[in-house]
Amino acid sequence: MAFANPHITATAVEATEFPDLARRYRVTGVPKTVVNETVEILGALPPDAFIEQALGG
Amino acid sequence: MSLLAPADQDKLRESFSTMTSPVRLLFFTQTLGCETCAQTRQILDELPALSDKIAIDEVNFVLEKDRAAGYAIDRVPAVVVLGQDASGETRDSRIRFLGAPAGYEFISLVQAILLVGGRGSSLDESNRQRIAAVTTPTTIQVFTTPT
Repeated sequence: MAFANPHITATAVEATEFPDLARRYRVTGVPKTVVNETVEILGALPPDAFIEQALGG
Repeated sequence: MSLLAPADQDKLRESFSTMTSPVRLLFFTQTLGCETCAQTRQILDELPALSDKIAIDEVNFVLEKDRAAGYAIDRVPAVVVLGQDASGETRDSRIRFLGAPAGYEFISLVQAILLVGGRGSSLDESNRQRIAAVTTPTTIQVFTTPT
């Protein structure tokens, strides 16, 4: 998604190495995706559903 | 001594041979107080040996704060994936990895390199349009673990 649009930045975060970030974003399972600090997606989704949830708001 | 089995090296070499443009990995690191920076360096060092289109550019996070800030990197180890546009200018893919790219993250890193190195997006047209419609700065963080 970041590759497709210069407004989007995507970061893969290794949760065990950064427990402070994992806590801040309430990561209780992986993969967990956080969009703009607010939208939370738990688990892996097919592309259609993922994009819908990530950009839905 | 490689971290990768010879068969895996061969597979990666074959995948990377499809790359049509160079990819540079900006590796932000520091010597002290970073448990996984050395491990990250070791993992990244595997890659240029498998393709002459992949280069690693190490950046000292402590000494080059401005450069880190330029990419919004506020902790290490961090890897920023840089590609090249049609005119040969460096193009930030805005794909980043925080933490050592070990285990499944290594696969994600390989996929990111292939994407930026010319394979292009695997998204279909309607999803691409959906993404293209985003006009405000958007950050996506994906939390993972190595296993």
